[in-house]
Amino acid sequence: MILPAYLNTKIAKTVIAALLGAIMLLPFKGVLSSLILFAAIASVLTVISLSGKIRVPSAFSTIPAVIKRNKTCIALSLAGILAACPLVLNNYFIDVLIMAGIYSILAIGLNVIVGFTGLLNLGFAAFYACGAYTYALLNTKIGLGFWVCLPVSALLTSCAGFLLAVPALRLRGDYLAIVTLGFGEITRLILNNWDSLTHGPNGITGIEAPTIAGISLRDLHYYYYIVFGILAVSLLIIRRVEMSRFGRAWKAIKENEIAASTIGINTTKYKLFAFAFGSFWAGIAGMLFAAKMQFVSPESFTFMESVLILSMVILGGLGNTYGAVLGAFLLVMLPEALREMQLYRMLILGMGLVLLMRFRPQGLLGVK
Amino acid sequence: MHILDAREVSKQFGGVKAIEGVSFRIGINSITSIIGPNGAGKTTLFNCLTGITPPSAGQIHFKGKDISALPPHRITHLGIARTFQNIRLFPEMTVIENVMVAQHCRIRYTLPGAIIRSGAFRSREAAIREKAYEFLELANLEAYAESHAGELPYGSQRRLEIARALATEPEILLLDEPTAGMNPSETRDVMSLIRKVQQLGKTIILIEHDMHLVMGISDWIVVLDHGVKIAEGTPVQVKNDPLVIEAYLGKETAH
Repeated sequence: MILPAYLNTKIAKTVIAALLGAIMLLPFKGVLSSLILFAAIASVLTVISLSGKIRVPSAFSTIPAVIKRNKTCIALSLAGILAACPLVLNNYFIDVLIMAGIYSILAIGLNVIVGFTGLLNLGFAAFYACGAYTYALLNTKIGLGFWVCLPVSALLTSCAGFLLAVPALRLRGDYLAIVTLGFGEITRLILNNWDSLTHGPNGITGIEAPTIAGISLRDLHYYYYIVFGILAVSLLIIRRVEMSRFGRAWKAIKENEIAASTIGINTTKYKLFAFAFGSFWAGIAGMLFAAKMQFVSPESFTFMESVLILSMVILGGLGNTYGAVLGAFLLVMLPEALREMQLYRMLILGMGLVLLMRFRPQGLLGVK
Repeated sequence: MHILDAREVSKQFGGVKAIEGVSFRIGINSITSIIGPNGAGKTTLFNCLTGITPPSAGQIHFKGKDISALPPHRITHLGIARTFQNIRLFPEMTVIENVMVAQHCRIRYTLPGAIIRSGAFRSREAAIREKAYEFLELANLEAYAESHAGELPYGSQRRLEIARALATEPEILLLDEPTAGMNPSETRDVMSLIRKVQQLGKTIILIEHDMHLVMGISDWIVVLDHGVKIAEGTPVQVKNDPLVIEAYLGKETAH
């Protein structure tokens, strides 16, 4: 994107980079610390740019390039920071981070369907619910533990994705989106009305937290590591699939379905596979959510939830796995950061999204 | 020796008969051109041959096997590849990825293999990357390997599409107006690429409007007009066929 001249100056870039950093800190340490960080980043970048040795990265246009160059370094420092979080932060922040982790898994799963393969799915919360309820029911009714249920509910959710896709993939574009939206609503209504099984709107209570070697990990500080461990594994697996013949086939289908079929890709099969594979992660995220809350009810899986997950994927950059994680973190943390503004916070968040789509329609980490 | 045998192929869209009862045979390792005025049904015929819109009637035999009811990816597996009149690349993928993805149907490894990066995964990925480079070299595109396909100049996009089709390792290559909108030097590049492809032992079917190119390169020419085959033969035969002259220039009237 070509930036207006006034945004392309070194000063503007410095200010923008500092602002981004400060916003990231806001949910943790409040306004004062953010201001300090802002000043710190701004002055460091100014010194660097004045010394003329390193170009100040343009906060908007070169994010993907900068990340590509310093990949290992960024990954290691992020992992370090995340691993240290439970040691210094209190329960409130850990709770927010755990939700960000769970939404990250959801967003990278949805990104497989919408971002890689280009199939708009407006009912992703249904798969999230599927994972959550599978664990809730298996645990409370039969007494199966977390680790046994993990593969079971992931695979069941995956099957649900596959079964929805079989009829739905006869449709394209907007029509497919409407079908997935309908599926989302149907799932929620079933959960809400099948009293004998799901206890309807009252939900299911008394779900167990995971245990390791007989020790319950109910404490959020321990649970945090489970969520982020699973997130790390999910990221690794999805990135590797993305860079294999499977990922390439998905991207080809998204970019030109007819051409994809004439170079030998069975488009129906790969679209089904994308649905099943993407839903798999929703199943895992749903389980993590149920085990964290120890309670599930239909109101956690509304249409707005689907929209929220989709916003995360689009915000981060359609088709970019790390972008989806960034989107999830931002959309979970920003509302918390803006809590002081009370009623205005959703207004500010909405305005931010509008501005982002205006000036960077491909999302934060998008490549276009 | 015939590699492709189309028998009485017809395609109807509602009440419109796009092609009707078209039959022809394609010799192995030949270059055949399909010509005809706009709207003659040339691209429809290509779509029938590649399974994008299966024919309403008639059969298409490829190496003795009827392929007229198969979906496009099956036909590609058997060995027929094509390019499109309006270029259909994967613009957001890199040039090398465009060619690698076309080898999809020629490699096999499992999903778990891709996740744990098994030996099979690594050796096959390395092999298709190497092969993709060979196809790019054939099309003189190796310098662009890491750019996005959508950023290439028009003529290079056309050649990339041919390279991508070749990467599916076809026996027959169908080219739909490969030189449309090209300047003379770009056209020469494509012509020499087509000849190189023929030397690799491939059979080529070409839709083309550039008569100079058609007459120079073709072993056989099939002429369509209003969905019907009006003539076929060697370039010299077709050039002098009164029906062909009429279709292109109109009927001579008495003075």
